[in-house]
Parts: sequence; C-alpha cells; structure tokens
Amino acid sequence: MKILAVDRKGQEHVIEGRDGWSVMEILRDAGLPIAAECGGACACATCHVYVDEAWLEKLTPKSDAETDMLDMALAVEPNSRLSCQITCAPELDGLKVTIAPE
Amino acid sequence: MATFETDVAILGAGPIGLFAVFELGLLDLKAHLVDILDRPGGQCTELYPEKPIYDIPGLPIVTGQELTDKLLEQVKPFGAQFHFGEMASGLKKLDDGRWQLSTDAGTEIIAPVIVIAAGAGSFVPKRPPIAGIEAYENKSVFYAVRKMDALRGKNILIAGGGDSALDWTLNLAPIAKSLTLVHHRDGFRAAQHSVNQMHALVDQGKINFRIANVKALHGKDGMLEAATLAASDKTELRLDCDTFLPFFGLTIKLGPIAEFGLNLHENLIPVDTAKFQSSTPGIFAIGDINAYPGKLKLILSGFHEAALMAQEAFHVCRPNEKLRFQYTTSSSSLQKKLGVA
Repeated sequence: MKILAVDRKGQEHVIEGRDGWSVMEILRDAGLPIAAECGGACACATCHVYVDEAWLEKLTPKSDAETDMLDMALAVEPNSRLSCQITCAPELDGLKVTIAPE
Repeated sequence: MATFETDVAILGAGPIGLFAVFELGLLDLKAHLVDILDRPGGQCTELYPEKPIYDIPGLPIVTGQELTDKLLEQVKPFGAQFHFGEMASGLKKLDDGRWQLSTDAGTEIIAPVIVIAAGAGSFVPKRPPIAGIEAYENKSVFYAVRKMDALRGKNILIAGGGDSALDWTLNLAPIAKSLTLVHHRDGFRAAQHSVNQMHALVDQGKINFRIANVKALHGKDGMLEAATLAASDKTELRLDCDTFLPFFGLTIKLGPIAEFGLNLHENLIPVDTAKFQSSTPGIFAIGDINAYPGKLKLILSGFHEAALMAQEAFHVCRPNEKLRFQYTTSSSSLQKKLGVA
C-alpha cells in the first residue's frame, strides 16, 4: 500500500506503507518531520496529521484516548488524527495525510 | 544565586540520569542533577506515568511512575542534589579544567564531569502555530500564570482543553474583566467537575466558550488587542482581548544544549561506545540524546551507557586513584555505601 504524505512545506511524498505498522512509524521511518515524542503510546499528540476527507470515513474511528489526547494537539480540525493510532492495511492504499503544524 | 562544587553535573533527571547517580555513587562520585520539570522521571513521568513498560530487565511490567519511584529509592543512599524547574542554559570551561554549568534560575554547578542525559531535550510549553506569536510572548501571551493578580481586570483569551485550561478559566473568571475559553470541541481532557463549573459560568453569562481555533493575533509592540478565532466551518470571529493564555501541554525542544559546541548530528550528541564521551573530553552523553552505530533508544541501553560512563568519569575526577571494580553482591565497601552492610 502507498501513503501520500504532505509535509509542512506542502511537498508531497509517496511512501510505501507496511501492513500492521502505524502511519506514524511509516512517516518517521521515511524521515519526515514527525516528533512522535512518546513513541506511539497515544501520550503526547506530537504525531498529529490531517486526514484527507475522502479517507476519513474509512479509518477505524478514534478511541476515547485518542480524542482526549487530541485536546493537547495544536490547530485541531475535524479531520485531525494521531498518526500513531492509524494502522496500515491494504484497504488504506492511497491514504493521504498532511502533517500538522508544530 | 547559588554555586555548588561537585564531581558530576547531570543534565536531566529522567531514568538514565537517575541511574547514573547510582553508578557514579558506587565509585564515590557525587552528583547534582538539573531538570526543567518540577519532578524526577523525565518522559516516564511527564508523558506516560500510568502506561506500563514491559522491557525493563527483571521488571516484567512497570509504569513510568513506578520505575521512577524505584530508581529514586535505588539512588537514595548517594544523596544527589536535585535542581528542579531549572533549565541548563550555559556551559563554560574554567581555568582549572573544570566545567561551570549555569541554569536559567541562576544556579551554578562546578564539576570536572558533565553528563548530558537530557533525552530529546527540554520540556517546554507547546506554542500554537500562529504567525508572529513570538512577538507577544511574555508581554501579553503567557504559557504559565506566575502572578494571578497581574491578570486582574484583563480581557483574557484562554485556549486549550486540558486541566490547565479549565483550571485557569475557573481561577481567573472572578478577576478578569472578560474571559473567553476557546477549544476545538465541546469536550475536554479535564476533570469533569471543572468542565461542569465552566459550563455553569457560561450559563450565568460570566464567561464565554467558543468552539474554534485561535488563528491570528492583532496588536502592536507585543501588546495584544484582538484575536481572530476560526471555527471548523471556516467562519471567523474577531474578539477583543489583551491577554492570551495558550495551554496545550508540553513538547520537547533541544534547547540550549545545541549551543554547547558538541558537534551535534541531527540534534543528537555523537559519542564513543567505550566511554560514552562526546567530542569534548569531560562531557558525556547517555540515553536518548546520544548517537553511535547501533544505537537503540531504549531505557535499558541508557542504563548500560551510564555504567560505562561512570568508569571514565572516575578517571577524570580522580586522576591519581586506581579504580577498583567490585560487585554489589560481594563487596562490603559497596554495601556500606548502599547502607545495607
């Protein structure tokens, strides 16, 4: 599966996803500037991304923990997600995310 | 301003800084620790105090807070001195070869050895991505309230959805001229009774609550006059205010360590794997902040690094003494230091 990631300068990157990995791990592995300070524990809100509207409904809904943690993120929009909480899967081929400002 | 002389100054009181106190203590080296947070534990207690950690050898399951508590118990015999709520801000070499570490609170620590165990850097307040916000900081935008009375009679805008945002909304409502809380949703990561109290104040017309993000600040010379709030449907509202308090928790920035002249590579300090010393003799780096071939950012790696660092720190601090390598299980002198013999 491919992930289309837009960095903070607006540049698009096509990255190979890996089933079972979180989107945060894929972004980090690709060297994109995602802080992910807590390492994927849904405890810091520094892997914040905006999910393209077309994909929003296809994702597993936010857990209460993620919804809570997003209260500590900056510039939260209705399509905000924490990328450590999105798991790569074949049906998400083409998923488009934009890294939120820091 | 206070000046201390010791053997080792440690930057960072996270798990690795704490365990360094133990390894140094076994070699009779005394330590002072500086941490910008107001308590020990670093990321373990700031980010995930309640989350279980499963990969600490010998502890099948332990939370960040429990691990910190156990490490504090382990290092207690060595009487390290902690300087909490202070950021290491300057480092210079003295004529006698020792280092002088200074903090933003005016503390000076003089020691032959500096150990940087700062993780990813200093925890600092998250700054909202609003163009030009820097110009207002500490004039009309504040990330913490130091003196409540300074905000009496102000038109206050508070942003955030955690306990700090709610607590300060409730505390400042009685003394503010006006107060608006803005958050991206009508839901909060805060104590429910605080949320209820906030809604009651809104119902009484004493404060305002708006579901939006702060998009722009307006004013001059650092003095805020108004803010633009943007709702998720893109509608905007201009709100008159003279004080803005964003409360989005903490994030980690490398901070002044970047200026210490340590040949940083991608915000990490390159070290050798025998002594965990940086390119500058006498300055060591252990834990997540260092880099070497094969590095794994694991707490257990940092523990190993602390043990090897301590061996070399001994030679720097006690150049004329012979290091006697001993085991805590068999050495009565180590057991005496630990207070168990």
